[in-house]
Amino acid sequence: MGNLMYRYDTYDQATVDARVEEFRDQVRRRIDGHLTEDQFKPLRLMNGLYLQLHAYMLRVAVPYGTLSGAQMHALGDIADKYDRGYGHFTTRQNIQYNWIKLDQAPDILADLAKVEMHAIQTSGNCIRNTSSDQYAGAAADEVTDPRPYAELIRQWSTFHPEFSYLPRKFKIAVIASETDRAAMRLHDIGIQIVRNDAGELGCAFYVGGGMGRTPMIAPLIKPFVPLDQFITYAEAALRVYNRHGRRDNKYKARIKILVHELGKDEYTRQVETEFAHLLVQNIEPPLAELERIKAQFADPKFETGLSDDLDRSDPDFALWVDNNCVRHKAPGYIAVTISLKPIGGIPGDASADQMRLMAGLATQYSFDELRVTHAQNIVLPHVRKDQLYALWQALDDAGLGTANLDLVGDIIACPGLDYCSLANARSIPVAQKIGQRLAAKEQEIGELKLKISGCINACGHHHAGHIGILGVDRKGTENYQLLLGGCEGADTSLGQITGPGFDEDGIVDAVEKATELYLNTRAEGERFLDTYRRIGMAPFKEALYG
Amino acid sequence: MKLLTGNDLKSGAVTWWDGVQWSLHVGDAIDVGDHADTILARESAARRVNAAYAIEASKDENGVRPAHIKERIRALGPTVRPDLTLKPADPAAGQWVI
Repeated sequence: MGNLMYRYDTYDQATVDARVEEFRDQVRRRIDGHLTEDQFKPLRLMNGLYLQLHAYMLRVAVPYGTLSGAQMHALGDIADKYDRGYGHFTTRQNIQYNWIKLDQAPDILADLAKVEMHAIQTSGNCIRNTSSDQYAGAAADEVTDPRPYAELIRQWSTFHPEFSYLPRKFKIAVIASETDRAAMRLHDIGIQIVRNDAGELGCAFYVGGGMGRTPMIAPLIKPFVPLDQFITYAEAALRVYNRHGRRDNKYKARIKILVHELGKDEYTRQVETEFAHLLVQNIEPPLAELERIKAQFADPKFETGLSDDLDRSDPDFALWVDNNCVRHKAPGYIAVTISLKPIGGIPGDASADQMRLMAGLATQYSFDELRVTHAQNIVLPHVRKDQLYALWQALDDAGLGTANLDLVGDIIACPGLDYCSLANARSIPVAQKIGQRLAAKEQEIGELKLKISGCINACGHHHAGHIGILGVDRKGTENYQLLLGGCEGADTSLGQITGPGFDEDGIVDAVEKATELYLNTRAEGERFLDTYRRIGMAPFKEALYG
Repeated sequence: MKLLTGNDLKSGAVTWWDGVQWSLHVGDAIDVGDHADTILARESAARRVNAAYAIEASKDENGVRPAHIKERIRALGPTVRPDLTLKPADPAAGQWVI
């Protein structure tokens, strides 16, 4: 494993190993009848094991989306050894396996522990896996690498005794750029690391965002918390939620409801009171611990004197570069997104062979690092430009060279009714049909983030799509609502429903009509979202229903 | 008609009550009439099935068909991966779900 990401210390490893053996015993007791399903269910969920439509599903945590080559390789091996040869990368930057057998689940966790991974806190009403910017450590626009702070949150929140049974699940995102690539303001707590006028780093706290049944954009409650107090501030924010969050109604139990009902000012006042109380108790981890963590996220040894020139004579390669690669902070390097959205494919799925191939390419070309993005793609963060063509050829040969990042084919889709027991409608077939219908036009259309959820829980982030689709159950048949105008970036906005829903083929037609209106109406340089914001909903309604 | 369905405890596979045991094939399922609760209690206690429940279905010349699409997807497998369904060689299998 590389040295550019957090490595478990003996305490981390012992904790995870002990958890594996504890779960092995719990599974044994379930199978031999000492535990009922009612008793066992919360235990398996604490280890990421769900019972879905067709089988058990295991959700594996990928902290802040960062993987080493060895870890990605292991994920591929697990897909072959215990599942059906593939895995599904999720909008929480995690991976899910869909065909898990209960009696093999402890062995999977043991295999994960060998590469410093686990499935802890990927379910339940606890602090879930912290998400982050997929370009962390590579982005030219970040004030610092946000991952050490996300790692400190992971350590603080893991098995936190006070926050293991919150009113509802709790999601935190950490970014360090003005450009929000992690949907930060749609999290329970969004932290943006900022630099103040004195040049010091600190954390801006946004609290009370979320999607789901009641989408809300998190308000800024504290513009600057010093780095040596940010865990204490997070503790205060959680403590107020844990005290007052509604446990009587799961649909009103998220922190966004509390912040909304108390009002931002009153919630903030209570957090400040708690913060002052906690500060004198010295609960903040010592800065030396943060420095220890930061040292493990040191920059790779970037070569110097490299050229920034690229040979763009191969048009397919040039198209891929233009679509899927972004500027890197180091001269001569570039950050690469591997699209898991081939035309007509299943968004976020990767075969075991593809996972192992990406692992090998990361080792060969990207300092042994990969990232999982919340848009269900994979990033190789540090690629030398003079090696980019060879990398692209290897990806393209494996069906991983699709040039569609942030285009209409780069669709976020939850597993939907094909896999998920909560879903009301299928998401994946709709994504496949839209991708196929608009493939020929997607370069012309340009940036268009399309997101599909199969139920109101919004795992497919439909509220945040420039075009969002929500699958609902209408008297036993699938129906799809169309939303327009959502955005997850720095200018976060929530999509608005256009009107009556559509059937499966109708929603594909509706998306095509919306894109046609955009193409016929857009002003110079406008993205779909810009045109929508300029002309409003009415012309789209006319095109769809008129 | 009323069917009983659940998951196999160890494998998690979708199963259907055929009157004697739990089958992987919805076509084997029988109408349990008013006996759902009794059978579910007995079978769950014996750990022969997990998270079982009763559903509505119909039966015609093509066999048993659950009323709700979710149960039809459970019965067949994911519509987007026909190779992983119970009828991987039948290109029309997905139409049964829809």
